[in-house]
Amino acid sequence: MPTTSPLEDVSAARWRIAISLTVAMMAAYFGFILLVAFDKPLLGSLLAPGLSLGMLLGALVILVAWALTWTYVRWANTHYDASLQSLRERR
Amino acid sequence: MTSAIGEPNAISIAFFLIFILLSLGITVWASRKTRTAEHFYAAGRNVTAFQNGLALAGDYMSAASFLGIAGLVATSGFDGLIYSIGWLVGWPIVMFLIAEPLRNLGRYTFADVLAARLRQTPIRIAASIGSLAVIAFYLIAQMVGAGNLIRLLFGLPYEAAVVIVGAVMLAYVLFGGMIATTWVQIVKAVLLLGGATLLALMVLARFGFNPLALFAQASDMYGASVLSPGRLVTDPIDALSLGLALMLGTAGLPHILMRFYTVPDSRTARTSVGYATAFIGFFYLLTFVLGFGAMVIIGRDAITGIDPGGNMAAPLLAEGVGGTPFLGFISAVAFATILAVVAGLTLSGAATLSHDLWVSVFRGAKADQREQLMVARVATVLLAIVSIVLGIAFKGQNVAYMVGLAFAIAASANFPALVLSIFWRRLTTAGAQSSMIVGTVAALLLIYFSPTIQLDILHHPDAWFPLRNPGIVSIPLSFAVAIVVSLLRPVPSEARRFAELERQLHLGIESVDVPAGSGVE
Repeated sequence: MPTTSPLEDVSAARWRIAISLTVAMMAAYFGFILLVAFDKPLLGSLLAPGLSLGMLLGALVILVAWALTWTYVRWANTHYDASLQSLRERR
Repeated sequence: MTSAIGEPNAISIAFFLIFILLSLGITVWASRKTRTAEHFYAAGRNVTAFQNGLALAGDYMSAASFLGIAGLVATSGFDGLIYSIGWLVGWPIVMFLIAEPLRNLGRYTFADVLAARLRQTPIRIAASIGSLAVIAFYLIAQMVGAGNLIRLLFGLPYEAAVVIVGAVMLAYVLFGGMIATTWVQIVKAVLLLGGATLLALMVLARFGFNPLALFAQASDMYGASVLSPGRLVTDPIDALSLGLALMLGTAGLPHILMRFYTVPDSRTARTSVGYATAFIGFFYLLTFVLGFGAMVIIGRDAITGIDPGGNMAAPLLAEGVGGTPFLGFISAVAFATILAVVAGLTLSGAATLSHDLWVSVFRGAKADQREQLMVARVATVLLAIVSIVLGIAFKGQNVAYMVGLAFAIAASANFPALVLSIFWRRLTTAGAQSSMIVGTVAALLLIYFSPTIQLDILHHPDAWFPLRNPGIVSIPLSFAVAIVVSLLRPVPSEARRFAELERQLHLGIESVDVPAGSGVE
């Protein structure tokens, strides 16, 4: 087994998070778009007067975008920045 | 109700003049601080995260998002919201994949990131073609939008409006560079967010501050279909293709990417995207209220009677709930919006022409500060003239389609090469270069053969390419070309160079490595 360097570990962790969050964002957004494209009647169904399922899901996609962005900033501010600091000190 | 729209009214002209004086004051102040290329392109790199978050939002929230989406929702209901959502979801992608590595690897333009690990000359030429194509279409859209808007709002002739926008924008960029452009974006973003919030609150006050009561009345007046997907998205593949271009295009817009160089480090870049995503998401949520508010309070017929495209929905709504003074304020905000976006685009175009092409390719990076600044300013003047000429030449073109085109090219030409250069060790110069050229050409050709050009504009009986947005073909194609070309002819030295850069990708240029004379005061 080849051993990995600390830089490679930081790099791998950063890309794992980046890819997972990107996939999550795409899944939410393209799920919404696919519903718009393939099941219009479902999205038109009313949950309450004035609120269709489509509008609720649309607003939720915006909230998901906020939540994922916030998740990344939190992860980076705690874990990523700490590993970067230890990389700097190693030099 | 008779509208004061189209009449030059004193209040809108007063607000408009206040904004012009304020922004020119900022420009005079910024011009004294603009002494090096570092100032001109990157505002001296001391913009804070909160400021850059506002400036990013200012650069991104164009007239298309304020007037266009409000109008689209007012006239077609739910379908307009698809754009609101698509334009926001690109921001998390910018955050996860692009912002921090971009800040750490480059200096002024996104091509710096590719040039850091690949061969300068071919890479910068290819990146410039993609960038300039995006900037050209985006600029045309904004100039045409500005001409129409100012004609409708103030009653000025179209050509005069285009010349005024071009001249004021030229003053900002030429004298104040990135410092003035950043502050104009910040002022504009605050005005736009504040104005839209106030407008939404005034609308909601009529519905007991319950958005659902507003939406319910819209569906009572125009049928439940306004709350469900309808005619705008008919073909599923086309919907996906548009969604893909909107999402990934954001991460390939040169004027947005350039903003990440105005902050001191990658941590600030990260925080600034967080702010930008919050502001832009909030703004797009407001468009739900503004669009349906205009539909209910003003009425569809009154909106399309003034402008068939529906672009006057938000100003009409302002007049409806706040009278002529509020109309004047919102009109001035819309004008400021266009001016600021045009300035941001021109500055990124000037950076491409002078930093990527002149200084790096023709002069082999041997230009001193004086020459760099002079070339950047000459490029700015050229771009201002070109954008005025194009704005007049493309009078009457559909603005939304031009913006869609810019996003499709940005997603196909710039995004694949940029993301691969950050993530993928084996990317070669030839791979990145062919990806950017194939992406640009494919997007342009497919749009030419699409129903939008063939049926709607040229009135041919049928179109060779069935989709209105090329993204779903051109984006994967651009990725595939980069990967196949890189794998067919591997370049081990370039893969080694990537390994050398990996530390800089995460940590940025560490203080010991800063080359002498890099523009730091």
